[in-house]
Amino acid sequence: MYLKIDHVDKIFQRGSQSTEVLRGITLDVAKGEYVSIIGHSGCGKSTLLNIVAGLTGTTNGGVILEGRQVDEPGPDRAVVFQNHSLLPWLTVYDNVRLAVDKVFSKTKSRAARDAWTLHNLDLVQMVHAKDKRPAEISGGMKQRVGLARALAMEPKVLLLDEPFGALDALTRANLQETVMALHQKLGNTVMMITHDVDEAVLLSDRIVMMTNGPAAKIGEVLEVPLARPRKRLDLVSDPVYIKCRAAVLKFLYERHRYVEAA
Amino acid sequence: MNMPIRNTENVVALPQSSAEVLPMPASPGKPLLARVLPVLGEIAARVIPPLIVLALILVVWQFMTNSPKASLPSPLKIWQDSKDLIIDPFFVAGPQDIGLGLRVLTSLTRVAYGFGLAAVVGILLGAIVGQSTWAMRGLDPIFQVLRTVPPLAWLPLSLAAFRDAQPSAIFVIFITAIWPVIINTAVGIRNIPQDYRNVALVLKLNPFEYFYKIMVPSAAPYIFTGLRIGVGLSWLAIVAAEMLTGGVGIGFFIWDAWNSSRLSDIVVALIYIGVVGFILDRLVAAVSTIVTRGTAKA
Ligand SMILES: Nc1ncnc2c1ncn2[C@@H]1O[C@H](COP(=O)(O)OP(=O)(O)OP(=O)(O)O)[C@@H](O)[C@H]1O
Ligand SMILES: [Mg+2]
Repeated sequence: MYLKIDHVDKIFQRGSQSTEVLRGITLDVAKGEYVSIIGHSGCGKSTLLNIVAGLTGTTNGGVILEGRQVDEPGPDRAVVFQNHSLLPWLTVYDNVRLAVDKVFSKTKSRAARDAWTLHNLDLVQMVHAKDKRPAEISGGMKQRVGLARALAMEPKVLLLDEPFGALDALTRANLQETVMALHQKLGNTVMMITHDVDEAVLLSDRIVMMTNGPAAKIGEVLEVPLARPRKRLDLVSDPVYIKCRAAVLKFLYERHRYVEAA
Repeated sequence: MNMPIRNTENVVALPQSSAEVLPMPASPGKPLLARVLPVLGEIAARVIPPLIVLALILVVWQFMTNSPKASLPSPLKIWQDSKDLIIDPFFVAGPQDIGLGLRVLTSLTRVAYGFGLAAVVGILLGAIVGQSTWAMRGLDPIFQVLRTVPPLAWLPLSLAAFRDAQPSAIFVIFITAIWPVIINTAVGIRNIPQDYRNVALVLKLNPFEYFYKIMVPSAAPYIFTGLRIGVGLSWLAIVAAEMLTGGVGIGFFIWDAWNSSRLSDIVVALIYIGVVGFILDRLVAAVSTIVTRGTAKA
């Protein structure tokens, strides 16, 4: 297995108070696969992603990537955060270049690093704004740059934490197309957190549905057997698409309804 | 001793005089004039009120100190007594008889050494204190106590340690300016968003790269707040320190003038000190706006 999340438990300890967030999470992801994680707010999706990224430690269990245990963050597991997290004092180009310089300092020449930075900005159609600062571009553009920065690291796994969460519907659709096209072209292994059922079905090979916390588990895993490349408009009336969508909705709103103050 | 009261009367008089300034931009005529006039009006609106207030202060001051029995010099008398100091800041007429501009430069050199050192050491220490919870807990109370020690209280110890006026004065500047730099830098470092820390972690930046690629730019607005307070305190401290250590600085000039009863010279020196302090403050503020461009907005 390429990426293996193996019996992961996570308990947050704050003083004498402990919160069990994740219990017994086991998930295998194949190389090149696009997996979405969906679940109600606060169930522990970000915690799980941060564990894979190495930003948060596990209480029990572990994560294995290409046969090696993950115990610290690294550029082989690039993260695109919900709030873009670009460095505001650097230009768009320099934000990506920072990552490129760090990851390829020994393997690429200066000129090659410059070309690689521009190439990745081109993948997300952001070359035109390369000299702008994050404050001068729109939210969708920031996410594109964040995506370029992550892709430029040539990660083994691309981790997306609600990458389109803060965007309006049209920008969101646009970025989904970009991500889909890039996944098609580059064959990245992707783990994406989302709140959006349509987004999950449109983009994923598999959808992992998490139960409500505390002590959230994987409730169900749904295969999405839709052929790629996928076209948003064709899918609307596709019976497989409709069935998948219904299955996720059923899970979220019937069997694991979000209970206020649970 | 009723100067301050008179001064506030002057300030109260301001609205009346600014009313005369307002009608100026309201006369758009020819195209070119129409474009230039508002700009001129804007400048006038900023420059004229302080000039009017200044003129009023001078008039009141002259009026109050006009009698021959007055203990303080009047503006006209200052002009007569200290014309050479006012007109030429850079004359050299002997080892102890030089223009105030040159004296200010001597003082500024000391400030440059002391403050420069305080900036470098303060930012590094602040980074350490801000990074580590234990360093913060251990050092912060000590810093908070030390920073309240008045600059001049350090001077005797400093003289005892260095046995020379020049390094002692520089040390006093250093020890005065460093606390706000440390404290503000530490606060800035503590306020680095978790997002930026995560980016650094994912990229595996080493501590050195983390310091100058993430910490310093991210904390820059805080650091500059500290530097700005620090430079102001430095200027306060140098004048006081020089009064005691001697030399050719502007501080010693005031002390010397007092000992030989040249009150007019003192007033001129005070104006120099005020103007230079103001310029220093604006300089740091200007550097800050250039350097932190874009940092404030995320
Ligand atoms: N550092 C922490 N210390 C203590 N508790 C934490 C910590 N981080 C997260 N939690 C708790 O863990 C639970 C899951 O948080 P998490 O951020 O993973 O949820 P999420 O599924 O990503 O939610 P959302 O969809 O709103 O982003 C929450 O109840 C949260 O309060
Ligand atoms: Mg989350």
